[in-house]
Amino acid sequence: MPHLATYVGLVDHAEQTLAESLRTVAQAQAKHPDIHFMCETLAKMSDTHREGLAPVVERYGEDESSEPERLHAAGLGEARTGPLGLLRDLQDLHVLGHLVLSSWTVIRQGAQGLRDQELLDVATSAAADTRRQIAWFQTRMKVAAPQALIVSA
Amino acid sequence: MDVDRIAEIWGAPTPHARGTVWPVRVDQHLEEGLSDADVERWVQSACLLCSNGCGVDIAVKDGRMVGVRGRAGDVVNHGRLGPKGLYGSTPWASSPDRLTRPLVRDGGTLVETDWETAMGRVVETSRRLLDKAGPLTHAFYTSGQLFLEEYFALATIGKAGLGTPHMDGNTRLCTATAAAAMKESFGADGQPGSYTDIEHCDAIFLYGHNMAETQTVLWSRVLDRTRGDDPPVVVCVDPRRTPVAQEAERTGGVHLAPKVGTNLALVNCLTREVFVNGWVDEEWVAAHTLGRDDLWEAVKDYDPDRVAGICGVDAGDLRRAARIFGESGAVLSTVLQGFYQSHQATASSVGVNNLHLLRGMIGRPGCGILQMNGQPTAQNNRECGADGDLPGFRNWDNPKHIDELAKLWNVDPLTIPHWAPPTHAMEIFDHAEAGSIEWLWVSATNPAVSMPESGRIRKILGSESLFVVVQDLFLTETAQLADVVLPAAGWGEKTGTFTNVNRTVHLSEHAVQPPGEARSDLEIFLMYARAMGFTDKDGAPLAAWETPEEVFDAWREASRGRPVDYSGLTYDMLRGSTGIPWPVHESAPHGTDRLYADARFPSDTEVCETYGHDLLTGAEVTEEEHRAMAPAGRAFLKGAQYTPAHEEPSDEYPLLYTTGRTAYQFHTRTKTGRARSLQHAAPGAWVELSVEDARELGVVEGDIVRVESPRGAIEVPARVGEVVPGAVFAPFHYGSWQPDDGAGEGADTGPGPGPGQANELTMTVWDPVSKQPYFKTAACRVTKVRDGDGPSPAPTTTASRPANGSGTAGGRPVPATAGGATTSTTLVDDLPRFPLDPAQEPDGVPAGRATTDGDR
Repeated sequence: MPHLATYVGLVDHAEQTLAESLRTVAQAQAKHPDIHFMCETLAKMSDTHREGLAPVVERYGEDESSEPERLHAAGLGEARTGPLGLLRDLQDLHVLGHLVLSSWTVIRQGAQGLRDQELLDVATSAAADTRRQIAWFQTRMKVAAPQALIVSA
Repeated sequence: MDVDRIAEIWGAPTPHARGTVWPVRVDQHLEEGLSDADVERWVQSACLLCSNGCGVDIAVKDGRMVGVRGRAGDVVNHGRLGPKGLYGSTPWASSPDRLTRPLVRDGGTLVETDWETAMGRVVETSRRLLDKAGPLTHAFYTSGQLFLEEYFALATIGKAGLGTPHMDGNTRLCTATAAAAMKESFGADGQPGSYTDIEHCDAIFLYGHNMAETQTVLWSRVLDRTRGDDPPVVVCVDPRRTPVAQEAERTGGVHLAPKVGTNLALVNCLTREVFVNGWVDEEWVAAHTLGRDDLWEAVKDYDPDRVAGICGVDAGDLRRAARIFGESGAVLSTVLQGFYQSHQATASSVGVNNLHLLRGMIGRPGCGILQMNGQPTAQNNRECGADGDLPGFRNWDNPKHIDELAKLWNVDPLTIPHWAPPTHAMEIFDHAEAGSIEWLWVSATNPAVSMPESGRIRKILGSESLFVVVQDLFLTETAQLADVVLPAAGWGEKTGTFTNVNRTVHLSEHAVQPPGEARSDLEIFLMYARAMGFTDKDGAPLAAWETPEEVFDAWREASRGRPVDYSGLTYDMLRGSTGIPWPVHESAPHGTDRLYADARFPSDTEVCETYGHDLLTGAEVTEEEHRAMAPAGRAFLKGAQYTPAHEEPSDEYPLLYTTGRTAYQFHTRTKTGRARSLQHAAPGAWVELSVEDARELGVVEGDIVRVESPRGAIEVPARVGEVVPGAVFAPFHYGSWQPDDGAGEGADTGPGPGPGQANELTMTVWDPVSKQPYFKTAACRVTKVRDGDGPSPAPTTTASRPANGSGTAGGRPVPATAGGATTSTTLVDDLPRFPLDPAQEPDGVPAGRATTDGDR
């Protein structure tokens, strides 16, 4: 199973990137308490997923892919400012969330093939959480968009 | 019989046995020196000084309101009134500082002007901003104290005229979670229970609800059961030893005093106990609910021993409370601000609904849920959509519902903002702070005192970039920051309807003329609509109503077929002996005492008011996801994990800060502060400390303490009281306006803050689903400033009483709270007929019970 380890590495890295990006936005949005606290909460969710991966890494290892990275998801780095900046940060998080989700989907398929119940449980519950994260990004973007696009300075 | 209702908050007891009619007791208060013979007219209305909605007659003499009398035949109060209603209903109206002319800001100060000039400025600014950037520059922040007709007119103007999503009420601060919890569980807003459940239950659970002070008449109804034959057991969840907690102890129930911010852990524990002890009505749950197994997953780890550690309560007490819930035949549960304004508000309140659903205890006499409201007309704001809802409990995410509204108003559906839920209050102020909202119309509320982190709110209201219109009875702290102030007519000076916690609609008739040039809120809103020239898509004027009754009739059509169906209700019907609970329609012509008697809930995808939310994050459930669940009239069981509060005590701020009401004042005291008896009973701000914390701080009764959070501070006298150790309680009523001794005009030090303004300390943080701010979870520290020169002004008759109850605290005598003006009480032996009351139905089944709106 040489390539499962590759995907374990990919999802671990993607979750880490998402968590770091969430914390970046949380810090930048201290004046918007709903965003501040929810990004913290969602970052903790990603931390938990990575912890759940630990026994899996022990079993299958965690490899860097030999495939070249074409799409670089380096995370937010730093947060943008203003209402439009927030909207774009949320959209970036949304994209990162989908990267995480599709990685879990692949791992879940592998787990089924391997009949590895533990990995299947880890992947299933992490994917469910990731959907919650994505749903929140979506909800928050929908609320923020008109004001940011039309009347914000 | 004469009674001092300051000393006797709940009045003369009339205990009675389970299943019998609550006796009638008529309470009355007239201005000093007047007797019944002096009253020229009695005018029908209902009380506006809490959410209970007691039927009342207003006494009129020489064109003035001079007193009130409870309506004997009203299903809500059976003649009773509380201290606020008796003493506070009328004196404000003839207060010398009423606003009588419009004011506009000229050269930095507010100056009197005429209506044409004042409204001219509102309209001119409105037009300029619409031309510049469109309707998203406009916002409305309204109240829980206007009439139904006023909310519906405002919703029409905002949603169909201007087309702005930015409209909310202070209902966001008091009742948003009640609505959110019912929407999540049942699919739509709508109180399942009835006050008549009190007569038929054998246990009453009060969650964060100090009913003894917030709804005093409802509490007297409870006391009449707990002091009568075959009484119910009371269970109280409250961090203070309130009168409710004492009654819990007295009836052999339980007082659970969880650490502030841990409600969800507590409710999850009760839920787990219901599961593990086999108290779930599995057959009913399988037939009428969705989500049983997910709920079990969410609560299974909340065993009493673990939760005892989280909440700081005894594990045995948790088990006892759960057993009372699990083994009682009929339980009534009520929920209020202790849950709504605290951490994980919606999830905790939904937890109470879950408990009832698991036992199938809904829709039968005695098995009520009362998700309470804080304000008298909050319900109507939710119904009519002048807050974060759409008219008629319609779903913003359902295009068919938007089409219905568009048809009703004859406007393009695209005019009605529905890309997201209407903007909630905290977000409105956020946009105003950022400068993208430039025009804010505040009606009948005082956010400069009542909103969290009030220093920030005042700064926003006072900023140059925001044009602020304030419509009120008085020059409140908020009005002082306005650009235009519009003088409004108050209760008794205008006609309209309003609806209380258990869906009972009352008509409040015009009794006297408003002072000077003051106009009703409805007239003012319609004046703006006319001046703006809003039209429907055929060019006909929008909101072209002349009278409140015309608006009411339009609302009846708007509500037709929805769960909140008023279609069968008329002003004439409301002129009878009692208020009438909705729905009122062809199959329920006399109204409906309780919902869901047939266990059919308004949860269908086509019907529901929301597709629901993730209770932890507030993320929306999509239409597709909702449809896939095929709710088919079943209720939702929804759980969530407990998470610690946003601001936990630290070394720097070691105590938990919580705010709340006292029995004698209402909101920012605009009316109650002008009633001498009430003002003298609770004349100024205080904070309550536990005996343990006071000892550690070297504080005795009446000492002046400084209470500080990361956001602000107050300096007020301390009451050494019965709050749970580690917590500090502050009443939220006190701004910078301070009535004089005669409770008249009083002194005003400007827009604020007042020295005891509780919201200087609270956090700007809100629930992810209901968006209700958390007034009850902040960390603080307390230091002694100086010795006091007397006891604190806190009442002794309420949850604020001194700890030892002996009349002294720390050696300082505390006089008993008393000295209210005389009121009269008459016990009436001859019982009137109370429509829909199960205790008066021969077979115990009220006429209106067979029909609910679940399948409509």
